Amino acid sequence: MAYDKFTVLKSTAVPLSIENVDTDQIIPARFLKATERKGFGDNLFRDWRYNNDNSPKKDFVLNNPVYHGKILVGGRNFGSGSSREHAAWAVYDYGFRCVVSSFFADIFKNNCINVGILPVQVSEEFLVKIFKAIEADPNTELEVNLPEQMITILATGDKESFAINGYKKNNLTNGYDDIDYLQAMGEEIQSFAKKSLY
Amino acid sequence: MPSTLFDKVWDSHVVRKIEDGPDVLFIDRHFIHEVTSPVAFRGLESRGLKVMFPEKTFATADHNTPTINQHLPVKDALSANQLKALEVNSAKYGISHWGLGNPKNGIVHIIGPENGITLPGMTIVCGDSHTSTHGAFGCIAFGIGTSEVEMVLSSQCIMQPKPKKMRINVNGKLGKAITPKDVVLYIIAKLTAAGATGYFVEYAGEVFEKMSMEGRMTVCNMSIEMGARGGMIAPDETTFTYIKGKEKAPKGEAWDKALAYWKTLKTDADATFDIEHHYDAADIEPMITYGTNPGMGLGITKHIPTAEQAGGGKSSYEKSLNYMGFHEDDSMLGKKVDYVFLGSCTNGRIEDFRAFASIVKGRKKAENITAWIVPGSHVVEQQIKDEGILDILTEAGFELRQPGCSACLAMNDDKIPAGKYAVSTSNRNFEGRQGPGARTMLASPFMAAAAAVTGVVTDPRELL
Ligand code: SF4
Repeated sequence: MAYDKFTVLKSTAVPLSIENVDTDQIIPARFLKATERKGFGDNLFRDWRYNNDNSPKKDFVLNNPVYHGKILVGGRNFGSGSSREHAAWAVYDYGFRCVVSSFFADIFKNNCINVGILPVQVSEEFLVKIFKAIEADPNTELEVNLPEQMITILATGDKESFAINGYKKNNLTNGYDDIDYLQAMGEEIQSFAKKSLY
Repeated sequence: MPSTLFDKVWDSHVVRKIEDGPDVLFIDRHFIHEVTSPVAFRGLESRGLKVMFPEKTFATADHNTPTINQHLPVKDALSANQLKALEVNSAKYGISHWGLGNPKNGIVHIIGPENGITLPGMTIVCGDSHTSTHGAFGCIAFGIGTSEVEMVLSSQCIMQPKPKKMRINVNGKLGKAITPKDVVLYIIAKLTAAGATGYFVEYAGEVFEKMSMEGRMTVCNMSIEMGARGGMIAPDETTFTYIKGKEKAPKGEAWDKALAYWKTLKTDADATFDIEHHYDAADIEPMITYGTNPGMGLGITKHIPTAEQAGGGKSSYEKSLNYMGFHEDDSMLGKKVDYVFLGSCTNGRIEDFRAFASIVKGRKKAENITAWIVPGSHVVEQQIKDEGILDILTEAGFELRQPGCSACLAMNDDKIPAGKYAVSTSNRNFEGRQGPGARTMLASPFMAAAAAVTGVVTDPRELL
């Protein structure tokens, strides 16, 4: 078992209404030198979050105490670019368990699920509603219900369903991962390999 | 049923289909490097797992290595530690390792093809998104995260839903000085940086049929920059000629058998795609990017578009131009350049150095330019010397560095300083990609050479 189970998450959210947030912004390459998965949250959005002298940039949302919570809400095309799983580790390590956007880059989305973060893809309209609700009241809570595949803005009652395949859903709700699954397939893989050309 | 090249390779690698879930896909080749593998090995250890097929994994050090004085110990302690971890882990699990100083060492996506490790019809993964490079050989090749590296090490499989299929056709004749890099930057500018997300791309048409293997690798390499999982090109005589005789390529009877199979690897005439795009080669100019994602590119004679013309969000568009210090309607021609980077797995092969040399020959490096000329591998480095390109470079005032990823991701010391402008042959112009505050303009080796000798953004066609 690789991570905590995910079922229903009720939390305030941090709004990052920027599009095309790439993984080089989520965690810049110079912080990828560790050989252990530890402490990446400190450098999450490093260059947006801190000045060169390491003082926090006041206008960046993570530095605004008004916003907090376990849900990160990002603009369209979130997580593009590098395959670095360190980006998902940084998001997780910082304390987020769910990322909401209207569109995710493929590798980042996979990486999230593999480390126990739920990526929730909503419509463009619903994303705007979320941003508006948080803007109106930073203490607005969102409810992400994985078993029912539903995300709700609790203050307004607006809700939308989201997609996830049954296999991944099962993994997340039970805290299993792909390696657990593949380990049970050992013989099947061995016999497949025998037929392989390479 | 008629099927596509992608279907043929994918379907033949499915070990198990999971209902309402991903396919379990068998992986023929797995490349690892020092940055995205250490945590995967730790995972193996903590679960008490073995590497299932160590002979199918190949390790190289490239992302975080210096490009000068490689014979000296690596100064940065954290980097040295990562390199050591790769060496120790490879030795422990019986994985082939071409570390720093090894004559075969180089960027992971360059050494695979040049040693015949990459062969048509394979499934190939690596913890680096530009694994799509290997698609040039008709492979399904894509980047993975570290958890997936652990998966492949322990089970030689990965779990993926089958992506949708896109075909990009480019027909007609390319103009003077139009390189594969321009072709792919043009396609990304048309499709946007997320235009192919969820798809696997096949490139087809005259332009790709006539392209060299080096060029095809440049194109497939950048597939990820339009959001695609990967891109591939059907293998043909050009492919077979390139592979023949490479160290790890099949020989004798095995070659004949493999060749017969490789010839079946093409899309059937009446196979269909989820979406197709058609472009005319004659419309493609030398390309350069002006913003902070690879989709923000334009022909060198064009002006920077307005937010509305560019599409995408206005907020990120403004942020991007602000970061670059550019304005709507600016011409790119004549923009000041401080750094030139020739290298990376996008443009670090011999053809790229030939192109660069053809422009700098008989000219001098502009005084305001700092140039990093970095071969993709020691094999490329040797070719540069053997073909007399090194002499041309030296005479023009350029130095050749040692192989590695270098300023492509700036994990080592090769960082463009904050606020400085770079014309770079690499693949990403994200904020800070080439160093905190660095401003990157992506372009072809010709464009890089033109900037290197004139000191400003210049249409390379004027110098050829
Ligand atoms: S050159 Fe750049 S893109 Fe290529 S493998 Fe290295 S870091 Fe990745």
